[in-house]
Amino acid sequence: MMIGVVDYGMGNLYSLSQALRRLDQTYIISDQAEDLDRADGLILPGVGAFKDAMRLLHEKHLSTYLRTFAETRPLLGICLGMQLLFDESEEGTLTKGLGLIPGRVVRFSGVSEKGRRYKVPHMGWNTLTFINPNSPLLSGVKPDFAYFVHSYFAELKNRGTLVAAADYYGEVPAVVSRGNVYGMQFHPEKSGAFGQALLRNYLQLACRRSESSACRKEKC
Amino acid sequence: MLAKRIIPCLDVKDGRVVKGKQFVQLRDAGDPVALAMFYNHEGADELVFLDISASSEGRNTMVEMVKQVAANLNIPFTVGGGIHSLENIKKLLRAGADKVSLNSSAVANPDLIREGADFFGNQCIVCAIDARWHQESGTYKVYTHGGRRATDLDAIAWAKKVVRLGAGEILLTSMDQDGEKNGFELNLTRAISDAVDVPVIASGGAGKASDFLDVFEKGKADAALAASIFHYKETSVASVKAFLKEKGVAVR
Repeated sequence: MMIGVVDYGMGNLYSLSQALRRLDQTYIISDQAEDLDRADGLILPGVGAFKDAMRLLHEKHLSTYLRTFAETRPLLGICLGMQLLFDESEEGTLTKGLGLIPGRVVRFSGVSEKGRRYKVPHMGWNTLTFINPNSPLLSGVKPDFAYFVHSYFAELKNRGTLVAAADYYGEVPAVVSRGNVYGMQFHPEKSGAFGQALLRNYLQLACRRSESSACRKEKC
Repeated sequence: MLAKRIIPCLDVKDGRVVKGKQFVQLRDAGDPVALAMFYNHEGADELVFLDISASSEGRNTMVEMVKQVAANLNIPFTVGGGIHSLENIKKLLRAGADKVSLNSSAVANPDLIREGADFFGNQCIVCAIDARWHQESGTYKVYTHGGRRATDLDAIAWAKKVVRLGAGEILLTSMDQDGEKNGFELNLTRAISDAVDVPVIASGGAGKASDFLDVFEKGKADAALAASIFHYKETSVASVKAFLKEKGVAVR
């Protein structure tokens, strides 16, 4: 079983790769579709601006590739990587995303319903509420704190894609899924044992869905 | 609900943690990775490593230490001390630090905040502000070089400026309270927290669990940092959190 980490020049891949190493997961890091195609599942990380990220994905011919990949194999977006899965983002000028999950990425207003100012980014440990406890990503884990750092969040078009949410002056989608496509708004690689458990669940579902029978025997 | 964060700070000199002598259960009290794992296990929400090396060799050791910590630790950590250039910032973040903290270098060259934030995003750039009450002017003034050099900067105005430049978080140390163990500087912390829209980490003065309660409730801090009371086991992260939880503060 092989995991591919999409390296398109946005953000720090070291922490994520070390988290995979701690889970004894073999992985490749690449920006080349032909390399990534060896993977049974992909992880799309990302820190930074939405527009820059989409430009880089287009330049590296990865946006089309990721959509094709996700037709048959699992794809997990983390933080900005999750936001890229949606139709579009308001960050900067309205920018089209990968369009794998219906919805739009919008900024925290910074003002609560009661008119009180609040802090942006949403930074720190926040509790998750499990909306769809049957999701394989949540298998065997109890709701706990996860580490978030973000100023934008996804407004879902279809509530059926919501797996878990956090509360930060309103409901913030924390885990989403649609078909083979998964997203985590927080950083599982930085969320202690809880984050590690969610990451392990993703690796297991990637392994189960893998067409390689060798993999099934080996690890699942 | 977003939790209030408890952040132990470790001073590092030439790649070794200093002030860790009380940890008899650790084979090597100066080993940054062992201490990081110890605090992680105790429930620390984040860690800060402050490089107090005087030499450039010491600074190079820091990058190596950051790599080792990042390979083992699964909570966020910040690295500060002696970061003077975008090149320094890049090295440390690429080695696996989640954030870097700028202090004297930000005062000397405020553009460094903007450059770092543009390159890596605001969330990676913490601005550390050391402030002391100035009786004559009735304001808090910013100090640099570990609190040794006074500046003319008003701490509240400076906090607003660094956030405009792109700082994603402020690490505020009260020089008046630092080392006194009489509690955090609540007025200053609240004033800065009210003045900016980014999280504020309060530092300086922690002596007991109730000091943390005060800085969260009265000082409106988002996180609190302490060094010696954790290192010398006067209290533990776990017992501070248990106390806060009992008082109704959201902690992890």
